[in-house]
Amino acid sequence: MLSLLTRPFAWIGALVLGVLREIGAVVIFAANGTAHAFRPPFFLGELARQMVRIGYNSLPVVGLTALFTGAVLALQIYLGGSRFNAGAVVPQIVAIGITRELGPVLAGLMVAGRVSAAIAAEIATMRVTEQIDALVTLSTNPFKYLIAPRLVAATLTMPILVAAADSIGIMGGYLVGTERLDFNAATYIRNTVEFLTQGDVASGLWKAAVFGFIIALMGCYHGYHSGRGAQGVGRATTQAVVSASVLILAANYILTELFFSA
Amino acid sequence: MTHPMIEMKGVAKSFGSKHVLRGVDLSVERGQSLVIIGGSGTGKSVTLKCVLGLIEPDAGEIWVDGARVDGKPRGDALLSRFGMLFQGGALFDSLTVWENVAFRLRQDRSKSNAECRDIAIEKLRRVGLKENVADLFPAELSGGMQKRVGLARAIAADPEIIFFDEPTTGLDPIMAGVINELIREVVVEMGATAMTITHDMSSVRAIADRVAMLHEGAIQWEGQANFLDVSGNPYVDQFIRGSAEGPIEAVR
Ligand SMILES: Nc1ncnc2c1ncn2[C@@H]1O[C@H](COP(=O)(O)OP(=O)(O)O)[C@@H](O)[C@H]1O
Ligand SMILES: [Mg+2]
Repeated sequence: MLSLLTRPFAWIGALVLGVLREIGAVVIFAANGTAHAFRPPFFLGELARQMVRIGYNSLPVVGLTALFTGAVLALQIYLGGSRFNAGAVVPQIVAIGITRELGPVLAGLMVAGRVSAAIAAEIATMRVTEQIDALVTLSTNPFKYLIAPRLVAATLTMPILVAAADSIGIMGGYLVGTERLDFNAATYIRNTVEFLTQGDVASGLWKAAVFGFIIALMGCYHGYHSGRGAQGVGRATTQAVVSASVLILAANYILTELFFSA
Repeated sequence: MTHPMIEMKGVAKSFGSKHVLRGVDLSVERGQSLVIIGGSGTGKSVTLKCVLGLIEPDAGEIWVDGARVDGKPRGDALLSRFGMLFQGGALFDSLTVWENVAFRLRQDRSKSNAECRDIAIEKLRRVGLKENVADLFPAELSGGMQKRVGLARAIAADPEIIFFDEPTTGLDPIMAGVINELIREVVVEMGATAMTITHDMSSVRAIADRVAMLHEGAIQWEGQANFLDVSGNPYVDQFIRGSAEGPIEAVR
């Protein structure tokens, strides 16, 4: 009888302990990977390869996402704003919405889907086919050769991707504003440029760097700790995408509090 | 006093409730070729991985060249004395064949790329592969060719101690013969110490100085290769006869 009453607490306790252990493991993993990024030898060729793979190859997805988001944002702001004669604020709100939030967050989520999954699948496959063991026997630290380049590449390229997303997103709003909503082109651009502050853009780029780190970290972590066989690879991939996406949204809230609530 | 090159004392390893190794005692003298035989899934690969530190044993001691190495990560100085051919090849699939073979040489950064490539091609030739595979990716090769590339990678830096995990599995008999000869050469000419896992009895006879039989997590028999047929050990006899009858259960 008593055990029936206490059992839920045991479950909750086990759950909390499990979560804490996992968080601890992720933090140690991240610290280990970061430390290796700053200690020679550096694998610059690997870094360059990862930057192309993570950054450059994500450009089409991120660009299209930003374009349509900017476009739909312009439409909705105009429709909503018109209800209280504030339809004219479209350029300003599109600019601030894209640079502060939607640029980094949507780019982050899209890249999480693309890159976290790819990294997790690749590293998990290397684990399953003993390539990681082979690295170790060839005196090469997997953290230095595999993890560090991916963490650095994603952290450096995400801000560049988001800068591109910001420009394309604002352009999407501009196209809808001038083609569909009869805004004057010169006025639209002037309102955007004069309204935006450096802080709006910079905060988004800082977020992007953090999201990039999260994306690579989750891909690497779940791949590295993959279970055996094809099933292990599949599970690692799913876990990487889900955890990267959730962490991006959580980190976004925390960073927004840090940047703007003063 | 000379010490063995590799010595395992009471090495045990379990995965969850599965007790794979239950106290393995094994020693290999310098310049000797030991072959480990045993049914699949008996922990032969795990044994090699314990020596390399890829799997940390739960109990027991591992000594390499007179120094105890278990319980801590194996350092670069130690690992650079080893070469390992993995059972599945374990080639890096993002690198070309020659980059795989020359991987360790290229990490040293003392040789130019062209020199490394030349050495890689020379090693590929020794395992019976032509220069034209050098720029292919592992995925473009057959399983047997991948195995041989893995072998070339294992011997590329002329290691003192070499582990071969099923070097001839998946090869045709002629190529298996070539590989057996190569392993023998590496031991005799380079004076390397070798541990080889194999199921292939012709391979055992070609490579082994000594043979050890692993079953139920322990070494059941160890002795000179030429005593294999007169071991009087029921496990060994069943294994070399390849018979379903005997102390080794056919259903495991
Ligand atoms: N990393 C691991 N995690 C869990 N079980 C493992 C691991 N490595 C090996 N095993 C198990 O240990 C047993 C022995 O494996 P192995 O040494 O590969 O056998 P073999 O003698 O055929 O080389 C198998 O049952 C395998 O499933
Ligand atoms: Mg094996």
